[in-house]
Amino acid sequence: MSVSVKQPFEKVVEQHGGTVLRVCRVLLGVHDAQDAWSETFLAAMRAYPGLPDDANAEAWLVTIAHRKAIDVLRARSRQPAPVEAVPDAPTGLGVPGASDGDLWQAVRALPDRQRQAVAYHYVAGLPYAEIARIIGGTTDAARRAAADGIKNLRKNYPGAALKGAPA
Amino acid sequence: MTVSPNPVSPDYFAYPSDADTLARLRAKLGLTAEAEGLLDIAYTTVDSPVGALLLAATPKGLIRVAYDIEDHDRVLDALSQRVSPRVLRAPRRLDAAARELGEYFGGQRQVFDLPLDLSLSRGFRQLVQRHLPQIGYGQTRTYGQVAELVGNPKAVRAVGTACATNPLPVVVPCHRVLRADGTMGGYVGGSSAKATLLRLEAA
Repeated sequence: MSVSVKQPFEKVVEQHGGTVLRVCRVLLGVHDAQDAWSETFLAAMRAYPGLPDDANAEAWLVTIAHRKAIDVLRARSRQPAPVEAVPDAPTGLGVPGASDGDLWQAVRALPDRQRQAVAYHYVAGLPYAEIARIIGGTTDAARRAAADGIKNLRKNYPGAALKGAPA
Repeated sequence: MTVSPNPVSPDYFAYPSDADTLARLRAKLGLTAEAEGLLDIAYTTVDSPVGALLLAATPKGLIRVAYDIEDHDRVLDALSQRVSPRVLRAPRRLDAAARELGEYFGGQRQVFDLPLDLSLSRGFRQLVQRHLPQIGYGQTRTYGQVAELVGNPKAVRAVGTACATNPLPVVVPCHRVLRADGTMGGYVGGSSAKATLLRLEAA
């Protein structure tokens, strides 16, 4: 067995597909998350042979998702779509006893960097140094953006503070 | 482990339907990757009387058939390293191979008519593997006879190695090659798989 072996891409999709979907959902809302997922993995598959064997695949995928999400947001702002007011909330799914609509509204109301930092730290579990590399700025700034994001989420969506995640 | 004033759980952004959503997105990724020419290796698994078989194909053709005892994960790792890491479970490219194997195991097919990608073997091994389909359904040859068939009668052991390293068992019929004393000899899928195939073809 060699130390670092490039896994078949299927394994990358299997291991990180769920995380990337949730990250895309936080960045873009339920509506655009699936398209962003598809574009992220297609771009990743294209670039995969050049990825170093020992690279952190999850951080790499999140970086790609970050860029795809920015593309989507730019396209959105260029053409203020008349249907963009459609509620993001899926019906009959999600957190019992909570209104998903409120959660997504709270997430959407966050400044971009806070939403990104929350997604990359609390959903993808990336360290702040890695997040700083993705969104720019210092590690401390990334940490602050995540903390502020969580504070704002708690304020606007109190249900979000119930559970702990490993630090 | 105390829970400190604390973060949003990642679960807040998960839905119970995520498994279905991901299955759909992964199937779509396979189709899009194929359309964009990125799917270097597509694979699937099929059930058979000799256990689960892994089928893998490049755009050129079927490149690998693997028995369960070869460990499908290891086989995929090897393909990833030797051919390309752009590997996805994407059954569509394997539809024809799966259908022909089904017909073969059902006793309704004697010859495979599939494009093959023999690039996993080189030199003498590939030469032997190219010749093996000349041994017809229900027939057998000895390692020595195959050595003669490829024009190198002394290369009996090398023929044995070529059979043992056949990347396309069942489809390239190395199971039809026996020892000179009439015993079966080794087989990549194990001797009981070899016996099953020979019994099937003798029926």
